[in-house]
Amino acid sequence: MDELKQVFVQESGEQLDALEALLLELENRPDDETTLNGIFRAAHTIKGAAGMVEAAAVEAFAHVVENVLDRLRNHEIEVTTELAALMLACTDQLRVLVAAEAGAADKAEAQIAEDSARLLERLNAYGPAGQHTAGSPRIVEPDVQRIPSPQAGHNCWHLSVRFGPDVLRQGMDPENFLRFLETVGNIRHLETLADTMPAADVMDPELCYLGFEIALESAADKQTIEDVFAFVRDECRLAILPPNSKVGDYLELIESLPEDSLRLGEILVRVGALTADELAEGLRTQSGPASGEAAQEAKQIGEILVAQQVVQPELVAAAVAKQTQVSEKKAHDAKLIRVPADKLDHLINLVGELVIAGAATSLLSHSRRDGELIESASLLTRLVEEIRDASLQLRTVQIGETFNRFQRLVRDACKDLGKDVELLISGGETELDKSIVEKIGDPLMHLVRNSLDHGIEAPAVREAAGKNPRGSLSLNAFHDAGNIVIEVTDDGAGLNRDKILAKAIERGLVDAEAHLSDREVYDLIFAPGLSTAEQVTNLSGRGVGMDVVRRNLQALRGTINVDSQPGRGTRLTLRLPLTLAIIDGFLVVSANRSYVIPLDAVVECIERPVSEHDRNYFNLRGQVLPAVCLRESFNLPGERPTRESVVVVQYAGQRAGIVVDRLAGELQAVIKPLGAIFRHLQGIGGSTILGSGEVALILDISALIKISGQAEQRLLARPEQRSA
Amino acid sequence: MNVIRKAFHEDLTIYRVAELKPALLDAVAEGERIELDLSGVERMDSAGCQLLMLAKREASAAGKTLAIVAHSPAVQSLIEFYNLAAWFGDPLVVAAQ
Repeated sequence: MDELKQVFVQESGEQLDALEALLLELENRPDDETTLNGIFRAAHTIKGAAGMVEAAAVEAFAHVVENVLDRLRNHEIEVTTELAALMLACTDQLRVLVAAEAGAADKAEAQIAEDSARLLERLNAYGPAGQHTAGSPRIVEPDVQRIPSPQAGHNCWHLSVRFGPDVLRQGMDPENFLRFLETVGNIRHLETLADTMPAADVMDPELCYLGFEIALESAADKQTIEDVFAFVRDECRLAILPPNSKVGDYLELIESLPEDSLRLGEILVRVGALTADELAEGLRTQSGPASGEAAQEAKQIGEILVAQQVVQPELVAAAVAKQTQVSEKKAHDAKLIRVPADKLDHLINLVGELVIAGAATSLLSHSRRDGELIESASLLTRLVEEIRDASLQLRTVQIGETFNRFQRLVRDACKDLGKDVELLISGGETELDKSIVEKIGDPLMHLVRNSLDHGIEAPAVREAAGKNPRGSLSLNAFHDAGNIVIEVTDDGAGLNRDKILAKAIERGLVDAEAHLSDREVYDLIFAPGLSTAEQVTNLSGRGVGMDVVRRNLQALRGTINVDSQPGRGTRLTLRLPLTLAIIDGFLVVSANRSYVIPLDAVVECIERPVSEHDRNYFNLRGQVLPAVCLRESFNLPGERPTRESVVVVQYAGQRAGIVVDRLAGELQAVIKPLGAIFRHLQGIGGSTILGSGEVALILDISALIKISGQAEQRLLARPEQRSA
Repeated sequence: MNVIRKAFHEDLTIYRVAELKPALLDAVAEGERIELDLSGVERMDSAGCQLLMLAKREASAAGKTLAIVAHSPAVQSLIEFYNLAAWFGDPLVVAAQ
């Protein structure tokens, strides 16, 4: 695939995204001119780009779509639900066609062609072609001179002007006259002709070969219009036909002009002075008693012209609209550059190595006790940190684009399920690493589908429950302590605790005797084998089970929590790290082994007196917090030191203390993922290499808190065990 | 395919067309696909436009493609006024600055 085509595929993808978003918007606001124009422009741009790269299939299809859109824009047809659905289907088809052009279609060629044909047929019902075939045949009365009926297109002066060869040399530019003509009236249509321009070798670029056919909408009289050309009156051939002239006058004009009459005829049709039928008829009578074959040919040309007449005004309007709007957009686009993602990844890897090397230098400088070296190394460290932040930012993108894709999903799913759901999006400007955004799309889609499918009730059920029949599903994103939090909230029925529990017991996931807290029960929906599709409601789900969602999130070092109130709705909270590559860490040591706690999670550090060694909680200024002892959690050898430290960490609104031997300060940790065999290790999120070359493990705070929290909750839920 | 890209930074006006004509036609003769970058053209008049039409016509007649890949506002404005955008068949896009 050549470069041009690659650009085409990428850009049409963007245009199609825009088209889809606008179509969805149009459904809500059918009368919005800006939206309509935007839709038209997007379709037009796709068509133009397809033409550039000779993607004939895309171009042809987009052309028909554009025709219908144009009629829509001109209010010749109304926006209906069917039409919007059809347009969305066409957007999908265009996507397939573009993919086929790139050789990446996942359908057979014949299937694609069949789909296209089917859609085109449906489109034709809205197009001008459909109406023309429905028109009744005309009755020709040869002896009667037809006078054009006063229609909008005819209600214009027709100007035919051929500038003399010397006007340019005399310093008179035709453009100036035509621009001046605009002060007299409104140029409805203008066609530029250069047919008299001779072959390249004899053409003198300083002579003027231009001619114009103009439809002018004006209340001025003939004299005024003529006066516009007063300066070149002797130099040019000017013919002015008043509005509603007879067909014969036009035919006379055609004959008097130097260009080929058939071509001129076409132009008059395009200008709107004549209709194709009138022209065909005129030409036929003109050429005397023509043979049937010639008449047939003229008729065919006429039919082609009708199509052209439809296309033409839209091109004009599109060009004008583009002048203002595309230029704005392009000026904005020019500030952006496209960079292949692998180049960025390579850069970030290098920065990672740089951070490690910088740490080693810093360590060395401290051990040498060389003041100047330390100073220089610390400056270096600061710069490396800035480079790290800046390069990580290069890879961040806003999450809004991912969110907006769900508009379509929600709309389609609602149609399928017979529900009415409004998608509310907030926090779209929240930024996160591109690699995460790419991987979060699928899990999010499953969550949204699940909410639509199982969460939000049918309108009738909602009304009966005293709720707004229109359900709402909201997507929200925000930053919290070095994490990005994404919330998927619905106002549906909520999770049914008893049903989930019953199902889980039936599947043998939990013991029938077990006492579970609400949170633990809700967490069961993530358990493998408890697919949401078969659970809670009878609606058929098409999503993957929630366990897959959770696994995908865990692969990103993220977590998911569920919060639900019966009858009020469900909130799913996803927490993800901002980046997968480098973090600011806090180095702690237990039994001479180094561990890294993500600095964002650290709240404060306190000392722990020896008297509290045996407790699994501690007192932070009157607040009782659980304490996790690293020595105990990881079964570390050796004696506990007399003075231990507690690092107070906060995660997802929960606080806990991590008990360590000693604190060793801040560092930048380049995260190296652990091998596959360590995947099930709880409490460890990855590893990093310290400046000394030593390996340190990165603690997974959420897992540690959870482990301690679960132990606590179990104790609370089973009071009899506490006494035991 | 032999692609020739030619950028113009001078005015396309009656004062210059005589010298620009051979340059433009040479480009048409040489390449299979001729890309004109007119983003640096500050002024264009009817003579300039007419010259572009000639080049386009010659290219099409020889079965080649002539595309204006960048329009300056002046070029864009005149092409639109003369309703030649469709005739030239190039997407009208304004260059960065």
